[in-house]
Amino acid sequence: MSEAQSVPGRRRFLVGATVTIGAVGVAAIGTPFVLSMLPSARARAAGGPVEADFSKIEPGMMITQEWRGQPIWLVNRTPEMMAQLAKNAGLLSDPDSSDSEQPEYCKNINRATTEHPNLFVAVGICTHLGCSPVDKMKVGEGSGMGSDWPGGFFCPCHGSKYDMSGRVFKGMPAPLNLRIPPYSFLSNARLLVGSDKKGA
Amino acid sequence: MKATSRLLGWIDARFPLTSVWKEHLSEYYAPKNFNFWYYFGSLAMLVLVIQIVTGIFLTMNYKPDARFAFASVEYIMRDVDYGWLIRYMHSTGASMFFVVVYLHMMRGLMYGSYRKPRELIWILGMAIYLCLMAEAFFGYLLPWGQMSYWGAQVIVSLVDAISPPVALWIRGDYVIGDATLNRFFAFHVIALPLVLVMLVFMHIVALHEVGSNNPDGIEIKEKKDPVTGIPLDGIPFHPYYTVKDIMGVVGFLAVYFGIIFFAPEMGGYFLEDNNFIPADPLKTPLHISPVWYFTPFYAILRAIPQKQLGVLAMGVAVVIFFLLPWLDRGLVKSIRYRGNLFKVALGLFVLAFLILGYMGTQDPSLWYVNPVSRVCALVYFGFFVLMPIYTRLDKTKPVPGRVV
Repeated sequence: MSEAQSVPGRRRFLVGATVTIGAVGVAAIGTPFVLSMLPSARARAAGGPVEADFSKIEPGMMITQEWRGQPIWLVNRTPEMMAQLAKNAGLLSDPDSSDSEQPEYCKNINRATTEHPNLFVAVGICTHLGCSPVDKMKVGEGSGMGSDWPGGFFCPCHGSKYDMSGRVFKGMPAPLNLRIPPYSFLSNARLLVGSDKKGA
Repeated sequence: MKATSRLLGWIDARFPLTSVWKEHLSEYYAPKNFNFWYYFGSLAMLVLVIQIVTGIFLTMNYKPDARFAFASVEYIMRDVDYGWLIRYMHSTGASMFFVVVYLHMMRGLMYGSYRKPRELIWILGMAIYLCLMAEAFFGYLLPWGQMSYWGAQVIVSLVDAISPPVALWIRGDYVIGDATLNRFFAFHVIALPLVLVMLVFMHIVALHEVGSNNPDGIEIKEKKDPVTGIPLDGIPFHPYYTVKDIMGVVGFLAVYFGIIFFAPEMGGYFLEDNNFIPADPLKTPLHISPVWYFTPFYAILRAIPQKQLGVLAMGVAVVIFFLLPWLDRGLVKSIRYRGNLFKVALGLFVLAFLILGYMGTQDPSLWYVNPVSRVCALVYFGFFVLMPIYTRLDKTKPVPGRVV
């Protein structure tokens, strides 16, 4: 003890070294515990593409498919719905989808491919806080959204509104347009969600 | 008699039993003027015990697996003897925990119990409140109903708005799924209860170090009997306040079991209607709202039409309570000797909190919900932000030296 008091610098160094090595040890054993909470190999493997049949969707109707545990909407839009899209531009916060997430081939006003511009494929998850919006596709009073409603989707959680291309209206809690997944056509009736390599 | 005192002596030589009993009960001197508002601390501990005991029995039949979780809760409700009672005690207990804690916090606000020298008690108490919110949130996923699922989806998305990799790490999958349910179960039944019990212990240790505040905000330790050293306005916690608290327990249990037996769902406020539908990742319920105790903060989140700012405002709305001891510049602690400025401010704050709570349960597409929430959010934050000003300007009354 008296020797330690005579060399306080050395004692301090030893305490510092012990604390440092101890902290390294705690970090080393802590890391595997933290990493064990990341998605497991099984969860990572479960994200493959899925097929969907869109030939039986009547004009103006939609179906929902599951991909990576998320709802994927397939909407067969009518010519009236398509015509309305251009009129919405002034009401939208990202009308050209420049900040939103979609494959390059869907970065247009229809937010769809040129092969099937009427077919709208989107991840049905609100970009605000992850609820699934509901379809309010009828224009005007028919959707219960007010007489000036141009048709689209409405998120019941926080009231975000999207048009028939999944573009978010101005002043909504959601920051971005609905996400468009990568997809490709296998035939005139079937498409593959989650993969856009032809024939993959 | 002789044998028991000899046994006690044997224990005391090895474990501080008698001295702990004296220090914290029979010779812990609490102010003699506690009123109704002082029931809620001990009641919060009672509810904690109820939650732990009922929780242990629920885990005996519950299955934390996305395929079986919903059915196992229904199994508890229908097939397990008295399962319904244990489950309703737990679900009602969760809501009653927040009722009691909100009233306990209200007491602190009214009588300035967060003021010097009780800042650490307040901070520990707020830590308990945060821990309790996390505990309630994790627990709410376990029945795996629609509200469980989509409530978790919304809250984890709050994290996603700040940092997507962290949200992925919390979920353990790309969506809320079996991995999420399993780990929330682990947090809910072991990790957070341990933290909670530890924090409650520290909260009480800190309280007994400085002594309790009282409705007059008078420091009873400043006027002690010169001979005994006992505060002149203090009475021993046991038997005086143990008996008083038992009265509180009786009243509380009457209300608590009244709810369990006659209105366990509380019209959809304690157990939400949509949670009787199994979780469906592809379909959000038409109307989604959290359980009532989170709705004031949820209303603030919704009221702000920008995602990150909304999340930030909601976080600040909770965390700002921590700063209370340093925001309050008033000369007196208790509302009894405060001026009108503080009384009006506190009244408006409570009103705003209640209205926010109501708005948080309402459909956001109703025209008044977000505008009213915005006004109330302003009042809510104004109460804290302007506090250094209005508490200093406030015309306070002189505080008597003794409890009268």
